[in-house]
Amino acid sequence: MSSKSARWGRRALLVGALGVLAIPFVIPTIWMVASSVKPLSEIFASPPSLWTDHPTLAAYTEAFTFQPFARQYLNSVYIAVLVTLITLLVSSLAGYAFARIRFPGANALFLVVLAGLLVPSEVTIVPLFQLFKRAGLINTHWPLILVTALAAPCVLATFIMRQFFIALPVELEEAARLDGLGRPAIWLRICVPLAKPALSAVAILTFLASWNLYLEPTVYITSPELFTLPQALTRFTDAYGGQMWNTQLAAATMTVLPMLVVFVLAQRQFVEGIAHSGLK
Amino acid sequence: MSFWTTRRRDVLTGYLFIAPQLAGVALFVLLPVGMAIWYSLNDWNIFTGRQTFVGGDNYAALTSDPQLPRVLLATAVFSGGVVIVNITLGLLIAVLLNRRFRGVTLFRTLFFSPVVVSVVAWTLVWGFLLQDNGGINGLLGTVGITGPNWLQHGGTAMASVIITQVIRSVGINMVLFLAALQGVPGELYEAARIDGASSRAIFARITLPLISPTLLLAVIVTVVGALQSFAQIAVLTEGGPELSTTVLVYYVYQQAFEFNDIGYGSTLALLLLSFVMILTLVQWQLRRKWVFYEQ
Repeated sequence: MSSKSARWGRRALLVGALGVLAIPFVIPTIWMVASSVKPLSEIFASPPSLWTDHPTLAAYTEAFTFQPFARQYLNSVYIAVLVTLITLLVSSLAGYAFARIRFPGANALFLVVLAGLLVPSEVTIVPLFQLFKRAGLINTHWPLILVTALAAPCVLATFIMRQFFIALPVELEEAARLDGLGRPAIWLRICVPLAKPALSAVAILTFLASWNLYLEPTVYITSPELFTLPQALTRFTDAYGGQMWNTQLAAATMTVLPMLVVFVLAQRQFVEGIAHSGLK
Repeated sequence: MSFWTTRRRDVLTGYLFIAPQLAGVALFVLLPVGMAIWYSLNDWNIFTGRQTFVGGDNYAALTSDPQLPRVLLATAVFSGGVVIVNITLGLLIAVLLNRRFRGVTLFRTLFFSPVVVSVVAWTLVWGFLLQDNGGINGLLGTVGITGPNWLQHGGTAMASVIITQVIRSVGINMVLFLAALQGVPGELYEAARIDGASSRAIFARITLPLISPTLLLAVIVTVVGALQSFAQIAVLTEGGPELSTTVLVYYVYQQAFEFNDIGYGSTLALLLLSFVMILTLVQWQLRRKWVFYEQ
């Protein structure tokens, strides 16, 4: 039937349009990986090609010798993990209390907490720098951990957790109460286990927020061995300030690929996590 | 009866549970905002460490700073550009993906994937591709076009930051829009089709109004996000050429940490804060006017 072939035509058109649209989303990453295994002389070859006859991993070894890259990598990972764990704890406690416990001033205090979402981190960074300087914490990881784990990303997390706990049926808690469980036990044994979707959304968003920090490490950290990845990536320059592109692209590849692999494996959680953060 | 009734215990638990979050906001958000206000009223000599109260001098400097108009213009063009391109592209992709066909999940994954790529890595790669002898001009060259030196001219530099920023983050809005589109009841479409409405009319009269709460949310989040884009600018253009991509956030950073002008930097930071607050309030008000609710 002709309507069937018309439908086929429309579908082919749709897929074609999407394919073209997807190019700028995919090519940069592919180009990055391809260039990172090329000899430096071929990186700016004209006409450009994704292929090389002389693949080399020299740039990858250089990334580790030029800077303490392994150390910097570890810094980013441990900071992001620590920040995520603290945020999960703090936001699930606060989110639960704001959603399920009635205490005087709860609404006003919730608004105070939400103010934390309204203030861009760039506004507070100058005073925070002075505070941390007075506390002797400049050129340590503490500012990166504390501010990310307790300020804006955590406020977003608290908001997500509160929205989730509000929707839980009250009967669950009443039954637990009759069984003699106190609040902390209800929170830990009943509500937190049920909150896995919200917790995974929070974990993903918080991890990404910490992983992406750039202004903060630039301001707080000066020693290369304390650098985090985003900061380290911009420091692959030769003695004349010229960029060492192949080394930089190799380092960028090592930064990007693990996240992409995790994303492809846990795609559903990522996408639902983002949808979760915005919809309710 | 004991002193610790269930009610009293609950109140105490409530305060204890919110305490860490409240302390975090107080210490790392509210206190610094207060300090920024105080700094903005002072002149701060970084070498002697001496603070001098100067009242409104830093605020007066806002009106006499010859660079500020250009910075504000760049901020407006960047944020406006990011919002327009991001919302349009996000909605377009969401509408295209909001139907069933083989490969829809693959496309969703592809469009979303830059979101999980580190901002700095993403921006570095685009900087690499956008160089005069880089990949983009190389590709253009194969079809006989001589591309501009993208990052060295005001107009193309601004376009480059906007586009790289949008491509990296549009996946978030795409996902929000997809979820909203899937929430539109199918009966409405059927009824409209029976009444003979064109697909354009259906989109304008049914789809758009029904997803308007999500659109509004996306606009707020995208503007506020654009106003805070630091890494993209710092890595791709360093605010240049001249001041063409120096947005307010980058200017705050330069004043405070490169020129060590803490007082003026704080004043600029408060200007940024007031923009974010005004935008949020305005959009909150608009909400009543153009957001459609089912009930």
